[in-house]
Amino acid sequence: MATLHDLTLMEVRQLLERREVSPADVAESSLRRIDDVEQQVGAFISVDGDLALQMAHRAAGSLKKDGTGEPFPLAGIPMQIKDSICTRDLPTTCASHMLEQFRPGYDATAVAKLFSERAILLGKGNMDEFAMGSSTETSAFHPTHNPWDLERVPGGSSGGGAASVAAGEAYYALGSDTGGSIRQPASLCGVVGLKPTYGLVSRYGLIAFASSLDQIGPITRDVSDCALVLSSIVGHDSMDSTSISAPEPDYVSGLTQDVRGLRLGVPREYFVDGVDSKVEGAVREAIRVLEGLGASVVEVTLPTTPYALACYYILALSECSANLARYDGAKFGYSHQEAATIWEGVEKTRQFGFGEEVKRRIMLGTFALSTGYYDAYYLKALRVRTLIRQEFDRVFQECDALVTPTAPTPAFPLGERKDDPVRMYLGDIYTVPASVAGIPAISVPCGFSQGLPVGMQIIGPSLSEGTLLNIGYAYEQATTWHKLRPPQ
Amino acid sequence: MSISREEVLHIAALCRIGVTEDELEALQEKLSQVLDLFRTLDEVDTSQIPPTEHSGSLESVMRSDEAADSAPRESVLANAPAIENDLIRVKAVLEG
Repeated sequence: MATLHDLTLMEVRQLLERREVSPADVAESSLRRIDDVEQQVGAFISVDGDLALQMAHRAAGSLKKDGTGEPFPLAGIPMQIKDSICTRDLPTTCASHMLEQFRPGYDATAVAKLFSERAILLGKGNMDEFAMGSSTETSAFHPTHNPWDLERVPGGSSGGGAASVAAGEAYYALGSDTGGSIRQPASLCGVVGLKPTYGLVSRYGLIAFASSLDQIGPITRDVSDCALVLSSIVGHDSMDSTSISAPEPDYVSGLTQDVRGLRLGVPREYFVDGVDSKVEGAVREAIRVLEGLGASVVEVTLPTTPYALACYYILALSECSANLARYDGAKFGYSHQEAATIWEGVEKTRQFGFGEEVKRRIMLGTFALSTGYYDAYYLKALRVRTLIRQEFDRVFQECDALVTPTAPTPAFPLGERKDDPVRMYLGDIYTVPASVAGIPAISVPCGFSQGLPVGMQIIGPSLSEGTLLNIGYAYEQATTWHKLRPPQ
Repeated sequence: MSISREEVLHIAALCRIGVTEDELEALQEKLSQVLDLFRTLDEVDTSQIPPTEHSGSLESVMRSDEAADSAPRESVLANAPAIENDLIRVKAVLEG
């Protein structure tokens, strides 16, 4: 048998169901793995081993639902939650000094759903501060290292989640994706990451960055695991007014592996100068594999794609400047007390509580919304957003899903882009269009460039998660990339 | 587009973030770089295009007005930086 920590969520679940291992065995194995590698990887902001073992003991008595005898799909399986997602009475720092001492009074809805299935929380995931970054380097506490090459970034902002899953510390993680923060780190760490349709998963308890874009989603070792975790966190929530009432399919039983007759669109604008040639090669080869499985391939065009990046950053930063206005040092969070007036206190609280990138983004968003600039920036971006949505609507008449690279390059060296915001932002060029349109997208491992994992992104129309997962699943069954693990 | 020192100070005042003299030059440079990225949207003709505020397809959400418990006082106060008589203490908002 392979080492316990190398297994997928589904494989561990089978061992638990057959009682070959206990939840405590699995939790202990994950905690040992964390002891062994966390010093090098740095995927967690906090680990609570005692709590994990307590939860494992509780899960041991209740692997099955009362009454029906059905197993809880996630019972007894250890996971990580991104530190932007509230966990009651447990640290939820958003990787910021601003919230270093914050302890939420409630669980986010997605977390409550996992806990009701007897999932085991190992700890909270490292991330870019307030989810603002693409490398996890803006964390106020420490960077996370890519398990495939410790000198490189894991991507971001959910870099801790992707790294913990790749390194065998957690079987899955919950991340959040505003402009690619689940998909891009999944791509860079060689794991699966899915951003759901806007509104499919409740945002209640997700610390807001850009409310019209933010979504919680799973990071897993393969597509089946992703389908399982997604099934557990979707659903309408009266605590989130943007949550949608959609049918809740069982995404796992939808994995038929049959993609015959599906029309896959390859958008010309995603294969242009700037994409690493081996990344492009890997994605094109993956498209050939899907074609071999019976899908048809059409070239399509989305002409507004080059403008999606500017559109996204104007919208995201404008919304962030409003959302982060709440951090004033009065009600919760860091508070600078040595000030003569309340306003000086607010300015110092924000000066010392926020890191550089967060402050720059708040300032840029404030500028884009300010008198004299609102029409030229914010309103303009809202109009471009309409164009991007219309183009997706049109292209999904011609095809069922789009296949693209997730990121233009594999993982880059730590420090390389940290002081060059625009260069960092350019890495999000393939993930932001789906965010702006509110449609779902998944990243699935599809090869390597310079020994580093490459992800392909599959984008679909609203509520097409089942189709995206099935395409990814069919691809996985025909290839072995998802079975590879980083060197010890 | 280059942004002036005065504009940086004006924005910082609007969003109430304290900045120091020695941060100003770097802020000018980095904010200007991102504003150049923003301005690429000028190339897109949107004269006939309406804005989309939200990526969802939501109607106004209504629910029945039912009484329910709010968060317990202790759990709210637990995160407050300063408390007095079960209330959050802040500096005077109106002076003089």
